[in-house]
Amino acid sequence: MAVMKKKGEREVPAMSTTSLPDVVYIILFFFMLSTSMRDQELLVRYRLPEATEVQKLEKKSLVSYIHVGVPILSMQAKYGTAPLIQLNDSYKTTQDILDFVAGERDKMNENDRALMTICLKADGNTKMGMIADVKQELRRANALKISYASSKLLSY
Amino acid sequence: MASKKNIPEINASSQADIAFTVLIFFLVVSTMDVDTGIVRVLPPMPDPNVKQEDIKVKERNLFLVFVSGSGQLMAGGKVMDLRQLKDKAKEFILNPMDDENLPEKKEQTFDMPDGSKWTFPVSEGVISLQNTRDTDYQVYIRVQNELTRAFNEVRDDVSMTKFGKKFSDLEEDQRKIITKAVPLKISEAEPRKMGK
Repeated sequence: MAVMKKKGEREVPAMSTTSLPDVVYIILFFFMLSTSMRDQELLVRYRLPEATEVQKLEKKSLVSYIHVGVPILSMQAKYGTAPLIQLNDSYKTTQDILDFVAGERDKMNENDRALMTICLKADGNTKMGMIADVKQELRRANALKISYASSKLLSY
Repeated sequence: MASKKNIPEINASSQADIAFTVLIFFLVVSTMDVDTGIVRVLPPMPDPNVKQEDIKVKERNLFLVFVSGSGQLMAGGKVMDLRQLKDKAKEFILNPMDDENLPEKKEQTFDMPDGSKWTFPVSEGVISLQNTRDTDYQVYIRVQNELTRAFNEVRDDVSMTKFGKKFSDLEEDQRKIITKAVPLKISEAEPRKMGK
């Protein structure tokens, strides 16, 4: 048996793992390309309404978000449970939309400004009065392209 | 064999761990969801210095859809179920029988991409969507969705007869023509105050 041990070099060698990083890198690049960064922390909770005739928002860089919904649990002690508007990272009122749109517009290229889209992410149980106020402010700010964010439903 | 012993390979086994760490980082901080929504273009704010004249729309050209606070739907003067709305709206847009109570049509000529001309009776109808301040957003979106569906189906029909393809499969310039032939005319009025 000792002779066999000497010839152990001929045994099946351990599987080479040198290509494992390459595989992982490929998955990594796939994720980097197919996802987008989570850019803001949500302070409101919402369940989007459902619709069948939805369109995708193509270019993320042209889209600004307005969130409308009930404050998250940790904020409810301070802000109550009435629906609020979140712009960037804080609760705002409808009066701040004008400044928000101006600020978002400043961040964009000059050519893209006309293509700016506002994505209105609002909870399905919000009353239209609030949505209408937001829409009215958007009209005043001349941000006319809007998308009522809704989750895609194949059929009712 | 001798050279291998002199210069040992760099151990690359930990590179996989590094790559995994970066991968997990990206999984955590990124979002996969694509934003979808019903796209609308709001009317521009009227200039306060210019006195606005009320645009008169003939009664037959107007299809009033009213959503009440309790979620009830009234369309064209009748209480209606949400499921009926799409077909009613389609009938309004197309007016296939040239009914006197349904919108007028105006012949318009379009220049096709291949140089030919195409005349299509474009509907003059406007759908006016009204709601109260206490209407639920969810209900409003459902109604918007049904109206959009009506327009999309009409566009599909028109492009099917003209180009033999669905609207979504058309080329960019063909799509522009169909969009002009079947314009998305939904007017979103400001909500009514309660009790008015």
